[in-house]
Amino acid sequence: MLSKTQIARRIAKEIKNGQYINLGIGIPTLVANYIPDHLQVVLQSENGLLGIGPFPKSADTDPDLVNAGKETISMVKGSSLFDSAEAFAMIRGGHIDMAILGALEVSENGDISNWKISSGLIKGVGGALDLVASEARLFVAMHHCHKDGSSKLLKECKLPLTGIKCVHKIFTDLGIFSILPEGGFKLLERAPGVTLDEIRDKTAGKLVIKGEIPEMESFD
Amino acid sequence: MINKVVADAPEAIHDITDGAVLLLGGFGLCGIPEAAIQALIFRDLKQLTCISNNAGVDDFGIGLLLKKRMIRKLIASYVGENAEFEKQFVAGDLELELIPQGTLAERIRAGGAGIPAFFTPTGIGSDVAKGKEIREFDGRLFLLERWIKADFALIKAWKGDTAGNLIYRGTARNFNPLMAAAGKITIAEVEELVPAGELDPNHIHTPGIYVQRIFQGEAYEKRIENVTVSA
Repeated sequence: MLSKTQIARRIAKEIKNGQYINLGIGIPTLVANYIPDHLQVVLQSENGLLGIGPFPKSADTDPDLVNAGKETISMVKGSSLFDSAEAFAMIRGGHIDMAILGALEVSENGDISNWKISSGLIKGVGGALDLVASEARLFVAMHHCHKDGSSKLLKECKLPLTGIKCVHKIFTDLGIFSILPEGGFKLLERAPGVTLDEIRDKTAGKLVIKGEIPEMESFD
Repeated sequence: MINKVVADAPEAIHDITDGAVLLLGGFGLCGIPEAAIQALIFRDLKQLTCISNNAGVDDFGIGLLLKKRMIRKLIASYVGENAEFEKQFVAGDLELELIPQGTLAERIRAGGAGIPAFFTPTGIGSDVAKGKEIREFDGRLFLLERWIKADFALIKAWKGDTAGNLIYRGTARNFNPLMAAAGKITIAEVEELVPAGELDPNHIHTPGIYVQRIFQGEAYEKRIENVTVSA
C-alpha cells in the first residue's frame, strides 16, 4: 500500500517534457516535489501564476505570492503573473496539458465528485469544475477507500458531480487504473505487496483485470 | 487627467447603502481590500450582497462583515475557512451561491466588458447546469452563463496614481482587475499612491477609466493564510 507521498512520486513519473500542468490541493500538490530535474515543465496556479517554485525560505515568505491552496510559494525563473480570468482562459482554452486533482469519488465511466464537503455542508469547488471541463489530461490522486472502508471507485458517483466522463487515470494507494471507453476501471499496476484480491475487494465499480498485472517499482 | 483621489477609506465608502451589491477583490486573504473592509465595519449596514472568490476567515477579510451580520447573500467559489459563515448559513440567515471559480471570473469579466452572457463548458453534467440553457457547438455541450455587475467594486492594488491607474503585485492581482471594470463605482485602495505621470504607462494593469475613487491605505496587515516554508 502506498503512502500519500508515494502516490505523488508515482504520478510524477507520468509527467512528460514540455507540459503545462495544474496541480490540485492535497496529494497533487506533493507531486511538484518529485518532478525529475531533467524535465522542462511549468506548473500553473489558477490564482494567477505560471511557474510555481518550491516553498520559500522562512525569511522570503511573501503575502503577495500564494498558490491556490493559499500557501506561500516562490516563482521559478521565467514565470508570469496574470489575473483570474486569464488563468481560466488558459484552462478552458485547452492550453493546460494536464490536471492532477484529488477526488471523493470516481465512477467507472470517468465521472468525478470532488466538491469540498464538511459537516454535511457543500463548501464549494474552487477551480475543479473548470479543470475537469477543459481538454487537459485528467489524473486523479486519492485514497482507494474512505476512512470507513467504503470504496471510492464506484459504478456511479453518489455525491454531487464535478464533471462527467473526464477522468483518464486514477492513482490510489492500491494501484493505477485507467478508465475504459466502454466503462470500467482497468487495472494497470498494483502497489508493492498489494494483491489482486484486495483490489477486487475494495473496488465497488466494474474492475477489469487483463493478463499479468505488473507490480509497481518499489520506493526506497 | 481626472483626479480620482479621496482622503481615506471612510470617505471612499461613505455612500454604500443597505442592500448594496458589492464585488470584493482577493483570493483567500491575498489581495483583499483590507482598508475598505475595516471602514465598512463601522457603518451600520444591512442586507449586503457580497461577491468574492472566498469568504475570508473568522477574524479577517469578509469574515469581519459576516460577524457584524451585514451580509444577506454571498456569491463565491469556495467558502471553506469560515466558521461564522457556517453558523449563519445553517441558521438560514445567509444565502449562498457557489460558482465555479473560472465561471465567476469570466462572469465578472463579461460584466465589465458589456457581454451579457456567454457559453462555457464548465458545469456540464453537474448541479451548476441546473435551469441553464445548454447548447451544442462543434459536437460539445456548453451552458449559458450571465454577466455579473455590482453597485460598488472594492479592490486592492500595490501602486496607483492620482488618475486611478493601477499596478498589482504577485498573485494579489487575481480578481481585482476584473472587478474594477464591473463595478458602477470602483474604489481602489493602494499601498502607494503617486502623482499621475510617475507610473510607466507600459506597466499599468488596470487603466484609470475603471476606477472612480482611489486612496492610499495605511498599515496593511496582509495576513498569510497558510505559511509554508522549505528547510
